[in-house]
Amino acid sequence: MSFRNSKEWKTFTEPIIHANPISVAVLGICSALAVTTQIIPSIILMLAMTAVITLSNVIISIMRNIIPSNIRIIVELVVIASLVILADQLLKAFLFDISKALSVFVGLIITNCIIMGRAEAFALSNTPWMSMWDGLGNGLGYGYVIIVVAFFRELLGSGSLFGIQVVPDFIYAMGYVNMGIMLLAPGVFILIGLLAWLENALKAKGGKR
Amino acid sequence: MELFNLAVESIFINNILLALFLGLCSFLGCASNLKTATGLGLAVIFVLTITTPTNWAINEFLLRPGALAWAGFPEVDLSFLVFIVFIAVIASQVQLVEMVMEKYAPALYTSLGIFLPLIAVNCAILGTSLFMEQRQYDFAESVVFGFSSGLGWLLAIVAFSSVLQKVKYANLPKGLAGFPINMIVTGLIAMAFLSFAGLKLT
Repeated sequence: MSFRNSKEWKTFTEPIIHANPISVAVLGICSALAVTTQIIPSIILMLAMTAVITLSNVIISIMRNIIPSNIRIIVELVVIASLVILADQLLKAFLFDISKALSVFVGLIITNCIIMGRAEAFALSNTPWMSMWDGLGNGLGYGYVIIVVAFFRELLGSGSLFGIQVVPDFIYAMGYVNMGIMLLAPGVFILIGLLAWLENALKAKGGKR
Repeated sequence: MELFNLAVESIFINNILLALFLGLCSFLGCASNLKTATGLGLAVIFVLTITTPTNWAINEFLLRPGALAWAGFPEVDLSFLVFIVFIAVIASQVQLVEMVMEKYAPALYTSLGIFLPLIAVNCAILGTSLFMEQRQYDFAESVVFGFSSGLGWLLAIVAFSSVLQKVKYANLPKGLAGFPINMIVTGLIAMAFLSFAGLKLT
């Protein structure tokens, strides 16, 4: 049996494509949207998020047989909060500028419903090994949506990608103007709405075939 | 007057939901019924008004660098504990409010139902506390900031919920119904709130 057919691979890819935490299950958009004005902070947030969700899934899964079920939410919150503190301290130590740009949104990973949701729905009833793949998949599924959003916002809002200008000067000279609204709140809401519409439409088409 | 400006700013200009994206999960989940949306909004105001000053006090006297000077430890810096302490305070206060309410205001308690415990993991609450800490508000400011952030959240969810009542009867393309149209409606409301930008009372 090759790796692509294994159970691990399925657990890993399922949340990226079919059960994407943001666009299908509508979880965790709270903290996702504010940092997506540029691609680089979004990638960092994705990495932090993936690390936290993978580790929290593994730890909670290891402890799943000894956590009394009536205080499990508090236990989960403590595990997640400790991991987020670690991530925050690491960012502050090695990537200070980006940690300033992310400001409170690193801390808000704690209340990101995806992590609590996966801990409750998956880690409490599966082995640590499978939970790790589930955590990785969900982290990357979350990351790919925010990176797509950040790509469009940075391209349309500031005419650049990864902080480098990509819209050539002669287009500006012809009267092209950056869409400032993409950098503001309404732009994101509408952009996410349109992306989810596109995804639904593509899925409906694929289903018919 | 400064406090009033802060209130106007956090209700309209930097609306916690429409400009800072906090509390979106429960916003999208509970908006389909105007009545529960209003109840949830009131609960958020209430919890924010008590948790933000509590967290302010804890940060001021226990956690910030040099805060333990009164106990004889001026060099101790516990600020890395902020996240875990804030979330614990929020969770336990929500629990406390729930128990007090159940005893003394059973009518209000039953009408809020499951929304009270849900608020503990609402990012709007933790977010407000973290912004309060980051912007270094004083006590009065933290009370006003907590209350008016909650009021802004209530306004946004009531507006959104009312729009959804109409959207229900609209004839939408198939893929657009549900989550996509909700986001677009939120975007349009956010755009309306943008017109408050720069508003300042002197």
